[in-house]
Amino acid sequence: MAHAEAAAKFNENEAKVNWHDKALWFVRQKRDKQAHKIQGWEQLRDYASALKANVLSNLDNYLVQFEENAKKNGVTVHWAANAEEHNKIVHSILQKHNAKKIVKSKSMLTEECHLNPFLEANDIEVIDTDLGERIVQLAQEPPSHIVLPAIHKTKEEVDELFQEHLGTKPSGGNPEYLTREARKHLRNKFLQADAAITGVNFAVADTGGFVVCTNEGNADMGAHLAKVHIACMGMEKLIPQEKHLGIFLRLLARSATGQPITTYSSYFNKPEEGKEMHIVIVDNGRTEQLSREDFRRSLHCIRCGACMNTCPIYRRSGGHSYDATIPGPIGSILSPGKDLTKHSSLPFASTLCGSCSDVCPVKINIHEQLYKWRQIIVKDVPQPFVKKNIMKAVGSILAKPKTYDFVGKSTRFMLKNTPKSLINSKINTWGHARDLPEVKGDNFEEWYKKKTEK
Amino acid sequence: MKVGLFIPCYINQLYPQVGIASLELLEKLGVDVEYPLGQTCCGQPLGNSGYEDDSKGTCQLFVENFKNYDYIVGPSGSCVYHVKKHFDILEQTEDVKRVRENTYELCQFIYQVLGKTDLGASFPHKVGIHKSCHGLRGLRLGSCSERMDPHFSTEENLLKEVKGLELKTLNRADECCGFGGTFSVFEEAISVKMGKDRIQDHIDSDVEVITGADHSCLMHLEGLINRNKQPLKVMHIAEILNSSI
Repeated sequence: MAHAEAAAKFNENEAKVNWHDKALWFVRQKRDKQAHKIQGWEQLRDYASALKANVLSNLDNYLVQFEENAKKNGVTVHWAANAEEHNKIVHSILQKHNAKKIVKSKSMLTEECHLNPFLEANDIEVIDTDLGERIVQLAQEPPSHIVLPAIHKTKEEVDELFQEHLGTKPSGGNPEYLTREARKHLRNKFLQADAAITGVNFAVADTGGFVVCTNEGNADMGAHLAKVHIACMGMEKLIPQEKHLGIFLRLLARSATGQPITTYSSYFNKPEEGKEMHIVIVDNGRTEQLSREDFRRSLHCIRCGACMNTCPIYRRSGGHSYDATIPGPIGSILSPGKDLTKHSSLPFASTLCGSCSDVCPVKINIHEQLYKWRQIIVKDVPQPFVKKNIMKAVGSILAKPKTYDFVGKSTRFMLKNTPKSLINSKINTWGHARDLPEVKGDNFEEWYKKKTEK
Repeated sequence: MKVGLFIPCYINQLYPQVGIASLELLEKLGVDVEYPLGQTCCGQPLGNSGYEDDSKGTCQLFVENFKNYDYIVGPSGSCVYHVKKHFDILEQTEDVKRVRENTYELCQFIYQVLGKTDLGASFPHKVGIHKSCHGLRGLRLGSCSERMDPHFSTEENLLKEVKGLELKTLNRADECCGFGGTFSVFEEAISVKMGKDRIQDHIDSDVEVITGADHSCLMHLEGLINRNKQPLKVMHIAEILNSSI
């Protein structure tokens, strides 16, 4: 379904839209407060953006350096060209250890690769351990936000889900009770797990280590308890040196949730004795995006979700309306790179207000890329015949002052003389909920001519 | 200094009073201003829809109309932004480069180029500003709430000097109104919802008149206000700065 239709559906329940909008705006405000507390916030954004640009233009070298250092630390490094390879690699590691129960910390990359259904089809139980992720997993839905995966669900809805799947008592959506029950449920899963899968927030080229950030400590619980730790990362997650972590860690949590730092920012370097650590480095379309000059900067993204929280459209249409692993503004420039036809409505799901670009901690020019995608989409994805020809006609009318003058006058005549009931009928989308401007007297040019002739 | 007045297509046809106020205001300030006849549009509606290739003739016409002026001034941040930002689709001749460089939004021109704030206007009403996105984040007419820059606002600087005018603070200083050109039609549901929320913020902030430097946003808001019979008026900032009640 195209974004506009899905968004219209989401808007049928206005009270819920208001609630969703306020919840995300609250996070945006928390972010503003925290960002204000840091002197030189804009300079930090500049540094982060420049570092990411450096990483992307030297990606080959940094990847090799990272692999060498990780291997020195006793970590096994795997390379996956696409989602399928990624899933097979993860599966083969699990098979080797006869691992049947897996705990997973939130990872948008494994979502992107559809790892869960793949492993489940191979008789492996995968439990998402981030509370929000677990909620959407129980609901059999994809996350609607990359940092707040269940932000579209009210606590009452979570209550019902837990009753159904975890056997909890009705609590009227008591968050404390529900969290405690989730904790009990997850604690068991952690203790039983044969292997743990985590994402990677930052991979450090000069040490071969990587950092995972969570607020619930679930990545750490999983990785420390299980015998095998598999970390899955997109190849753009690299940063050059350990000292650069200071920049990115300061930006990430503040941009994501308005916290000074995530509760757990854990730096993994080598496996514990008797245990194994694997890193799977995934391309899955990233080198292709890297090759598109206008869209290269989309790979700066550190997945903080700030663009979603600030986006007035995302807040009022919900993450699922984007029908993509990464929703919102950043998703709307990443997704067309993967499947232009499927995601062709996303770059148009924006007013190009630019709030996303200004909030972005790594200064991705998101709204400019949305504009660029639009130019490509109308050429490469078949457009309705009528729309295409209307645009061509408009282009030629506006290029000829006399034709424009004639069309302008006729439109004004029509607006003045057509009955309101017809103007505001269903055929006119603008007039469905809005009045058209009232047209009186001369247009400006006519007025100006009369004035100067006097 | 010779100024060419740029009146965007929708203002020419639907809101001539905004063009008149802009012209009178510039004349009042002693500017040698002229409206070149035969103007049409900046080409933005096509560009934002993905059809910027079809807009080349329109953009070229714009350059032809304005190439001989020292400054080009228009009462619409969004259209001015389009000229400055997206005329990169034309061959960058000296004329094109000069036109792009010298095109200004009206308030920006008055404040930055003429260096004036007190225009001798009076308007005894409670006013809320709709800071249109293209003016704010495109032309940087003011600081925006996402960035940690010192606060400034070109529109506020001018409105603060208007006698009797009471400027109101909004709960969300600079959220988009949901107009977005063709977005308002193709994403109607969200567009309408965004507009309604924007209006509610002004009502909650005790505003009588919503103003701004972009009449396209105001047209969208006015359409909703009139349909829902809400107790608000919409006026372009040029009309307020030109008034002497």
